[in-house]
Amino acid sequence: MTASPASAPAADTAAVARDPHYNFGYLDESTKRMLRRALLKAVAIPGYQVPFGGREMPLPYGWGTGGIQVTASILGPDDVLKVIDQGSDDTTNAVNIRRFFARVAGVATTTSTAAATIVQTRHRIPETPLREGQIMVYQVPIPEPLRWLEPSETQTRTMHALAEYGGMHVRLYEDIAHHGRIATTYDYPVIVNGRYMMRPSPIPKFDNPKLDMSPALMLFGAGREKRVYAVPPYTCVKSLDFDDHPFAIERWDACCALCGSRESYLDEIIMDDRGTRQHVCSDTEYCNDRRQRADAGAEGRP
Amino acid sequence: MKAGAYTDGASARVPAQGDAGRAPRPLLSARELTLTWDGVHGCRDVGFDLYPGEVLCVVGESGSGKSTLLQALSWQARPQSGRILYDMRGRGPVDLADLDDAQRRLLARTDWGYVHQHARDGLRMQVSAGANIAERLMALGGRHYGQLRGAATHWLQRMEIDPIRLDDAPRSFSGGMQQRLQIARNLVTAPRLVFMDEPTASLDVSVQARLLDLLRGLVADLGLAAVVVTHDLAVARLLAHRTLVMRGGRVVESGLTDQILDDPQHAYTQLLVSSILR
Repeated sequence: MTASPASAPAADTAAVARDPHYNFGYLDESTKRMLRRALLKAVAIPGYQVPFGGREMPLPYGWGTGGIQVTASILGPDDVLKVIDQGSDDTTNAVNIRRFFARVAGVATTTSTAAATIVQTRHRIPETPLREGQIMVYQVPIPEPLRWLEPSETQTRTMHALAEYGGMHVRLYEDIAHHGRIATTYDYPVIVNGRYMMRPSPIPKFDNPKLDMSPALMLFGAGREKRVYAVPPYTCVKSLDFDDHPFAIERWDACCALCGSRESYLDEIIMDDRGTRQHVCSDTEYCNDRRQRADAGAEGRP
Repeated sequence: MKAGAYTDGASARVPAQGDAGRAPRPLLSARELTLTWDGVHGCRDVGFDLYPGEVLCVVGESGSGKSTLLQALSWQARPQSGRILYDMRGRGPVDLADLDDAQRRLLARTDWGYVHQHARDGLRMQVSAGANIAERLMALGGRHYGQLRGAATHWLQRMEIDPIRLDDAPRSFSGGMQQRLQIARNLVTAPRLVFMDEPTASLDVSVQARLLDLLRGLVADLGLAAVVVTHDLAVARLLAHRTLVMRGGRVVESGLTDQILDDPQHAYTQLLVSSILR
């Protein structure tokens, strides 16, 4: 392979050896069992927030402690782990979490969505479609969708219990009143399986349709708030909207400057001090893949 | 009108009902209602019937238990003893204690309204006036932005607020406007019963007069029944068909408002009436 950015993280993760001083997956076995019980309940009640006994992790809250605990509890020796941060495989957070699990569990890591059995993510769902048997693990900062509306946990739980979700539309109403359209672009609230309202974690609303009827299992872990929730495979996930202002995803006029994709989620990048801008895919693996395939196609031509 | 079995008021007329001939059914009946906070303070053994379209004022000094009574009636605090019967739409009289939480909450945000003394307790101060009014409709499944906005505009106009303020936050409103907005927010689901806790107490006199005028019109137009708690006898005189006078947690006198104000029987009511500035 040439020196493309994708090859660098794979190399540094491979250098980490399993450290036998740690129990498999860092957490002790009883903690993992407790987490699995919570996860089973979460899968049984799609979108419902299940409390769990969060443990101290060797990194601060906000860096993915919830996601790491979920990954640690479901990880097996044969799993292949991919970690992305804002769509990228090679940011500090993604590289470090991959190295962490290589060290404490000795599992294989990858940057390929197709090769992975578990994908831990912060803020994106890969562009490559997921398949049955794969598990997505989301890092969640604030699990409660009604928190902005109601500061009391007792009250929000009652609201969930009675499915009193009208207040959430107040927020969308405000968006339209002030901006002429629904301006919420990430962490866009959804109703799971026609019952519980859920925060899909801070993914762009561009990724919301990928949650709906996905063949993969979606697990969400919030470390600070000590909650897990789940969307089982093939579950209906509906984004909130109004009849006359239907849900719509972001669209760009530009295409990716590197791979030319018009279907992927694009990041806008400032290139120099004069403010030159470029749009590139936020999913680095998808972008690299497309470029390699384009290169191979060009070489193959007579 | 009929005074409750546990009050010492005189019997009187019932407000005009649509279907003559059939005896009208009370909308809300309280029987031996008791709610005390510490075994002493609160309200005790209160009973009355409220008929559709009737306005009942509860007057008394601070600490006489009138606000507690309102909280018990609206089930914001569960009464310790006694019964509250409410004539639910399509279901007839139901003991509120027999409903589950979901049903009571639904009732409270569809068929009832609750107007707080301070508008900021009853409004969402951080969202626009339009969203405040439309919130109850959205809670009931209203999902058409255009229609929600239409309803909000209609109610602003009805409350004599310029519809141009539809997207402004209530914090930029005057006290009187906030109070009117709070009332609009409650009335948008066409409730049959509204609880009001000192609705005019925090407003200055001229604004008070305007609000009372508006309320009087609304009550008559919409056929609203209301329980209004106030320490201001003038409010009772203007709004109420019937008045309960409370002291030390108990109802000491009840009857037609005119009767009570013009010919008070109980010594405490006589003191109250004679204390009005003239």
